[in-house]
Amino acid sequence: MIRRRTVLAAGVSVMAAPAILRAQDAQKLTFYYPIAVGGPLQTIMDSYCKAFQQESGIAVEPVYAGDYSQTLIKALAAIKAGTGPQFAVLLAAEMHSLQDQDILVSLDEIGLDADGKKWIAGFYPAFMANSHADGKTWSIPFQRSTAIFYYNKAAFQDSDLAAEKFPTTWVELAKVAEKLTKRDASGRVTRWGIKMAGDLGNAQWTFGALANQAEQKLMNQAGTEVYFNQPKTIDAMAFWRGLTTEHHASPEGVSNWGDLTPDFLQGNAAIIQFTTGGLPNFRAKATFPFGVAGLAGKDSPHTVVGGGNLYFFKNAAPAERAAALRFARWISAPERAADWSIKTGYIATSPAAYDTQALKEYIAKYPDANVARTFLPVATGELSVHENQRVYKVLTDNIQACLNGNKTPAKAMSDTQSEADRILKPYKKA
Amino acid sequence: MRRETIHAWLLLLPALVLLLAFTHWPAIATLIDSFYATPHGSRSPPFAGLDNYVGLTQDPVFWQALRNNAWYAVATIPTSIVLALLMALAVNEALPGRAILRMAYFLPTMLPMIAVANIWMFFYTPDYGLFDRIMAVFGGGRHNWLGDASTALPAMIAVAVWKEAGFFMIFYLAALQTMPTDLREAASLEGSSRWNYFQRVTLPLLMPTTLFVSVNAVINAFRVIDHIVVMTRGGPDNATTLLLYYIYEAGFRFWDTATAATATVVLLTIMALAAVLQFGVIGKRVHYR
Repeated sequence: MIRRRTVLAAGVSVMAAPAILRAQDAQKLTFYYPIAVGGPLQTIMDSYCKAFQQESGIAVEPVYAGDYSQTLIKALAAIKAGTGPQFAVLLAAEMHSLQDQDILVSLDEIGLDADGKKWIAGFYPAFMANSHADGKTWSIPFQRSTAIFYYNKAAFQDSDLAAEKFPTTWVELAKVAEKLTKRDASGRVTRWGIKMAGDLGNAQWTFGALANQAEQKLMNQAGTEVYFNQPKTIDAMAFWRGLTTEHHASPEGVSNWGDLTPDFLQGNAAIIQFTTGGLPNFRAKATFPFGVAGLAGKDSPHTVVGGGNLYFFKNAAPAERAAALRFARWISAPERAADWSIKTGYIATSPAAYDTQALKEYIAKYPDANVARTFLPVATGELSVHENQRVYKVLTDNIQACLNGNKTPAKAMSDTQSEADRILKPYKKA
Repeated sequence: MRRETIHAWLLLLPALVLLLAFTHWPAIATLIDSFYATPHGSRSPPFAGLDNYVGLTQDPVFWQALRNNAWYAVATIPTSIVLALLMALAVNEALPGRAILRMAYFLPTMLPMIAVANIWMFFYTPDYGLFDRIMAVFGGGRHNWLGDASTALPAMIAVAVWKEAGFFMIFYLAALQTMPTDLREAASLEGSSRWNYFQRVTLPLLMPTTLFVSVNAVINAFRVIDHIVVMTRGGPDNATTLLLYYIYEAGFRFWDTATAATATVVLLTIMALAAVLQFGVIGKRVHYR
């Protein structure tokens, strides 16, 4: 007779078996990745994984999991259920929040030899800005971008502006935007000088660039402190709002990220602040000559980086972690990074990638694709703190209140500061 | 126990199990969770008593979500019901092209809310969207319908009414179709005016339908937020944050499951009160044939 205890024991051993197998050899890995730009990214990713398997014998299954926030939700849910992926591509700015969830393993813990350390040092520093905390490295850059301006050269010409000389300071930019704004006989605006996104999920990115342009850091490296009520931060907000109230070159209220592309393509906005990832789309669809320029700054150009990094999860067995790291090194190698950049519009993550023949040829053909890279030295990391989404939301709410004329820049920023301080209080160690 | 009783329970069992597993148990679990703090990592959450509820009352965004939702409900429920009734009365008459008109009224219901939201996003686009173009013909200026805190919520309400009225119309239409014609003949023999007939005969006979429709309208006012997610994500500055969207953000954007559970309990309480009110007070005045 089979006794209940025997059945239970058998059941437990069956359930435990995969874990034991997983620990012994890592022949199969799963990772989640999001798609945030157009193009056949799934096919490209599948082909990379196939090539990696042929080389290493490790099968990596890439799971397309939606946009960035969906990928985060799915990865977290799967990890909490005990069946999660071993690594994933998630927003670079989520580092501190992911640590709040206690699911990450640092690259140092997985194990970095001298070669590995050299590999990490090979990335653009701006792309590693959101990777360090507690003296450890928690992610490596994968699909990265910066904020840049796209501008309508035809609009520059009919406003008697030199299309080849894009403004580099706020004062110049505001003047140019004023000139680009066109009104019909009734005073109705037919073309706006400049548009920047202020909707949830994008406002903090736009603002991160503006704050850097005023040369103000928004947070400390540990992600426990924010500096919203600093005079320079308020300057940044005042400049954004001033484009509407002072210069009448940007529309009243909040502009949506999703509207920027049609706005630009329809000629409704002469300059838009957007991601480098938009380039292939504009190149395919614009009916007018357009240019790409680095963001202006209060005194000189400054911008912010964006995009996704590769994160490694605690739930993976040591062998799996090592295999995942091997894959990360393989996929970020110069040739692959160059290929990924050409096919997606993202900036390749290391200077070495720009020394490859493929990328050299591509840039010779499309010089626009190289503009964003030249602004990497003046790019800052994204706003990244503990309880990231919550702080983003508070900041966005206040930016929107300011853009709606319901709060002054100073009031909006001091409200953001006090609310963010309250949110971050538990994370501040005495 | 009698055999019939056992049979009855057995027949009820499948539905009961599903109801308990997917409706009642989650509701009870939510109530329990609302008394615990949000778990971090693998640690089990500490008991928090009423802390979560106190925290909720101190969150201005929560109150704004409640206020927004109240306005949203007050605006969408009566408007969509009255509109549905008017549309049903219109297409109940014998007029040419009736089938096409009926379909036109019902079309919004057949479209998924996500698609509707995307279509309306175009309508609301400033400068070159449908509404701004139409208004430009009459000399109107630019409207940032979704990006302006004062117009965003009314814009959401319009989408909801447009989407819902057609659905409710179908129920009214079905009720009107089953209404015996001899009532109308009798009324006209008595010399009753159309308005009098509508007020004294049609409307009372439609009361069961009205109750059903209004229950649905109340539920939808708190349940359907797809258009919010697609069009405004609660913005600008929380102008379109409804209660369920607030819960979604707390739960899945901030991973603050305690606040999400607590706000869910509040939502459930509101829904329960609405149901009691509707069935208890209005239900008594409904005459079922």
